[in-house]
Amino acid sequence: MSKRSVVPFGPHHPVLPEPIHLDLVLEDEKVVEAIPSIGFVHRGLEKLVEKKDFNEMAFVAERTCGICSYMHGMSYCAAIEHIMNVEIPERAKYLRTVWCELSRLHSHLLWLGLLADGFGFESLFMQSWRLREKILDMSEASTGGRLISSVNKIGGQRKDVDNAMLRGFVEELDKMEPEIREMARTFLNDSAVRSRLDGVGVLSKEKAHELGAVGPFLRASGVPYDIRTTGYLAYGDIDFEPVTSDIGDSYARTVVRINELFQSIDIIRQVVAKIPEGDVAVPVKGFPNGEYMMRVEQPRGEALYYVKANGTKFLDRLRIRTPTFANIPPMLEMLKGCQLADVPMLILTIDPCISCTER
Amino acid sequence: MSYFSFVKTELKNLFSKPATRPYPQQPRKYAERTRGHIENNMDVCILCGLCSKKCPTGAITVDRTGKTWSISRFSCIQCGYCVESCPKKCLSMKQTYTQPDAEKKTDTFVKPEQPAPAAQPAKPAADAAKQA
Ligand code: SF4
Ligand code: SF4
Repeated sequence: MSKRSVVPFGPHHPVLPEPIHLDLVLEDEKVVEAIPSIGFVHRGLEKLVEKKDFNEMAFVAERTCGICSYMHGMSYCAAIEHIMNVEIPERAKYLRTVWCELSRLHSHLLWLGLLADGFGFESLFMQSWRLREKILDMSEASTGGRLISSVNKIGGQRKDVDNAMLRGFVEELDKMEPEIREMARTFLNDSAVRSRLDGVGVLSKEKAHELGAVGPFLRASGVPYDIRTTGYLAYGDIDFEPVTSDIGDSYARTVVRINELFQSIDIIRQVVAKIPEGDVAVPVKGFPNGEYMMRVEQPRGEALYYVKANGTKFLDRLRIRTPTFANIPPMLEMLKGCQLADVPMLILTIDPCISCTER
Repeated sequence: MSYFSFVKTELKNLFSKPATRPYPQQPRKYAERTRGHIENNMDVCILCGLCSKKCPTGAITVDRTGKTWSISRFSCIQCGYCVESCPKKCLSMKQTYTQPDAEKKTDTFVKPEQPAPAAQPAKPAADAAKQA
């Protein structure tokens, strides 16, 4: 047996914009174990509920993550709505679905860019971010913010989006689809890209399930688990299947995310075709009392919002389990046996979002 | 597996316009809904202080005695909650972003002198003008 050595990775590493630290135990160039430490950017958002009005907290929840910001705000509001037994109008549900899918689109495009950057394909990185910019423009046109939407409120949405604008989005997405396909061709078929992705960081189906992986990371290992199939918001009326792949390596994760781009576009098309007319918010009176556990499928996987209210304007407890938090144990498993040079890219393949892990 | 699969995109990029914009020569076009910064129409504001109570970041300070309404531009997160809660609807969200600055700036709006006493004598004058 060769000598073991420990190489520290992070918290500041060029490939990751956010701080996570791993102690990599190496045997020659091979990783045999990875020991994580997190907590470098902890913000204490969960504690803040004790001092912030539950309505204002919607804006704080949104800032849990800079990428899935819309879905965080939406899940928080939906959890409180469940506690207060508020049924939001159908149109609001459909609108929420559109915005959720727009977030997924821009998040996956962002990830594709980061992945390309991770293996050093700069121009591919710029192509994905160029496409992402169009999605952000749609967000800005409909919510007023590129990422932080601030349109969620308890009882519905602050803003309505008229049907003409929604149809405009669909037209824009129709135009984008061939461009995404063209970009995907390089991601999926190019020999240089495949040489970095194929067979690297394999996570078996059993391990993925056992260690509680979520999102595309789990689905790439062949488990068709997608919280959207539970039919929250308008997902119950929409026809879609979870995207999976059986291989479980980095390439499979790329395939799953790319196919989810097309799936999201398709969902938006269906939603816009079916969206009912009507109000987008109902007035809400009083304070919540009770508890609820809200599960949503974010771009990175399942997020869990646990809210406990006590009948005053301050909540008792807010617990947010973000997808990256759940994905860290399987990631450590996946790193075992890989080459040191592949570690940065492998960490990228789980689409880590450290700031939301730290809440 | 294919080779040179990116060449088509590269060639297209060579002969097309850049996707970026020469900022700041060509300023950004804002969307109609862009949340840029908050403005207050002080003629209408009654300094009730509701906006400052609702603001999640505590960016607004209302001084009733000094008749001023101020907003800390660097605390405001452009959420628009104040606009929604103002009973007089005098707050509005403008599209342009606030300028970068070396220090954390507070903008103060002063309530103009009440036009009410001035309006009284003005009214007969206007009537007189109408009759003339
Ligand atoms: S809520 Fe409106 S009227 Fe009241 S102080 Fe604020 S801006 Fe003025
Ligand atoms: S936009 Fe939001 S943060 Fe800014 S002053 Fe209004 S309520 Fe406060």
